[in-house]
Amino acid sequence: MSRARTQRVESIAAHAVLLVAVIYALYPLLWVVSLALSPEGQSEPRAVPWPSSPSLDNFRAVTGWGDAARSWLFVRQLSNSLVVSLATAFTAVVIATPTAYALARWDFVGKNGGMRTLLMTQMFPGVASAVPLYLILDALHLLDTRSGLVLVYAATAVPFAIFQLRGAFLAIPVDLEEAAMVDGATRAQAFLKVALPAARPAIAVTSLFAFMSAWNEFILAATFLGRESAYTLPVVLQRYVGEYNTQWGAFAAGAIVVSVPVMALFYVAQRQLLSGLTAGGVKG
Amino acid sequence: MEEGVEPVAGNRPRQSSTASEDTPLPVPAPRSVRCEARGVKKAFGDNPILRGVDLDIPEGSFAVLVGPSGCGKSTLLRLVAGLETADEGTIHLAGRDVTELPPRDRDVAMVFQSYALYPHLTVRDNLAFGLKLRGTAESEISTRIKEASAMLGLDKLLDRLPKQLSGGQRQRVAMGRAIVRRPTIFLFDEPLSNLDAALRAEVRVEIRRLHDRLDATTLYVTHDQVEAMTLADTLWVLNGGRVEQKGAPLDVYERPASRFVATFLGSPQMNLLEGKLEREDGRFFAAGGGIRAIVDEDRFGDALEEGRAVSIGVRPHDLVLAKGEAPVVAELKVELIEALGFEAYAHGWLKSSGPTLIARLEADDARSVKAGVTVPLTAAPTSVHLFDPESGRSLAAS
Repeated sequence: MSRARTQRVESIAAHAVLLVAVIYALYPLLWVVSLALSPEGQSEPRAVPWPSSPSLDNFRAVTGWGDAARSWLFVRQLSNSLVVSLATAFTAVVIATPTAYALARWDFVGKNGGMRTLLMTQMFPGVASAVPLYLILDALHLLDTRSGLVLVYAATAVPFAIFQLRGAFLAIPVDLEEAAMVDGATRAQAFLKVALPAARPAIAVTSLFAFMSAWNEFILAATFLGRESAYTLPVVLQRYVGEYNTQWGAFAAGAIVVSVPVMALFYVAQRQLLSGLTAGGVKG
Repeated sequence: MEEGVEPVAGNRPRQSSTASEDTPLPVPAPRSVRCEARGVKKAFGDNPILRGVDLDIPEGSFAVLVGPSGCGKSTLLRLVAGLETADEGTIHLAGRDVTELPPRDRDVAMVFQSYALYPHLTVRDNLAFGLKLRGTAESEISTRIKEASAMLGLDKLLDRLPKQLSGGQRQRVAMGRAIVRRPTIFLFDEPLSNLDAALRAEVRVEIRRLHDRLDATTLYVTHDQVEAMTLADTLWVLNGGRVEQKGAPLDVYERPASRFVATFLGSPQMNLLEGKLEREDGRFFAAGGGIRAIVDEDRFGDALEEGRAVSIGVRPHDLVLAKGEAPVVAELKVELIEALGFEAYAHGWLKSSGPTLIARLEADDARSVKAGVTVPLTAAPTSVHLFDPESGRSLAAS
């Protein structure tokens, strides 16, 4: 067999394998889309995930289309999710960035112990601390509030953010900051004008992770939020799954609505994301 | 002095309000200054790096710190830059004690081995970075960037990011960033190590040319002896955290003060053989390991003593085929020939299984001498170096 022919066969085989992998990965998602577009009561299983009579009823139901009070509630819940997730990402990055920089650049008493403790906090599932966190928030009168949720989410996001950003700062050559200081910068200026911009991709990725973890979190939100107007979207979504009756169509539509902002964010930040994900792994 | 390049004293930019409110402004200094280090010691943990170094570089001089890895040369440079703090001793620039001052208040510029260009800034912004921090007026920044980019051929690169530049271009930008600052002293930390051999030779000449043009005091660190020999006005050879020898490059090369300096400078390395001093017909000979050479009595004087044990050093370059009346100092059994074109080096043994030795052959001789033959070698008395076998110091220095 000629070399060109062999390469062609290899290429076809590789694409076939990839096609199967993509279908395997996307099939459940296509089912979600299909369910979301199927009118209520017509969500019977079909081999081809496409509704027999596509309709936007489920999306209208989820967003409260045509019902001012329900629409307003949905907007309020959407804004809860957005505000809480953005505030979590912001708080986590603002706290983690200088901490990670200090851990990357200086040796001080308690550094290793502190880092080990931070790592330990990552070993416990969030739900394990639900009860103490509930009591703390109750004592602080922060139950049922966005700020309470931000406080809890940021506390869990900060350790991971610190580890991720520390890796990014370690990958930035110290020479850069030293050059800046010889050029006339103070330590703080060297950090703000040189190290921080160089770590921008990693900071973008860390923010995105913190945003997503807050955006998708359900258990703590369901525990701390009692008022419907205080719900975040994952809690709203869960309401469609009842003990005796599950509204699969509305649930699927809700899942898509919840996913859209995250997908948009990924799309916008994909370049930063790629370079940020590799930033820590490439030396020098 | 180049036209348009005024002394810093008369052209000192205003310090930006954010740069330095907690510390006093640096004292204006002349553009080219004397750099002195006195009794400088530095250790990292239990590991002493500098064990008491004195350095004195006159205004406008090009000083090269050279030595093997770990000898403390880069640490000394970083101490002058203010990037490290001395455990003991002082550092003076233009007579001003800067030992405790942060780098930004020393008015020094440094070119790093890695170039350390700010990756998120264009070449233009890299050049302007230090000037902006010091609150220099935009028009002045623009003038200086024009001057430096014309000097270094950076005109077409000004809007590029560092990642879009080749190694040589990055190196030039790093130098440009130092030049626009018009510092009192230039510090170079092995700036050519990351370049290929051809480019290294080219940039080396550029650096020296630039120094001659700017007439600024320069402190240059390298482990490359060719750079050290070709660039320096004064060579400072460091070993184990101490200054082993200083002087004009040729003086240091021709009259090494110790066995270390003798073997560190010069390629191929100086031949060293253990032997003793002998006296015959009123003349001193250094003999041992298959070599017997007349000694320059004017150079070693009172240190010459019959029967004294010595380390005998002869550079391969000075050990050549004995022709005509030339006295034979050794017989070399040739093992292999390294032909370099314009000359060649013969590697071999003295006696049948004696110490190994390297000698120089003229290009013509290299064609006739083959591996396996034994050839007579000669060396001028002035090229024979004698060292104390225990201390390693040159007998000429004792």
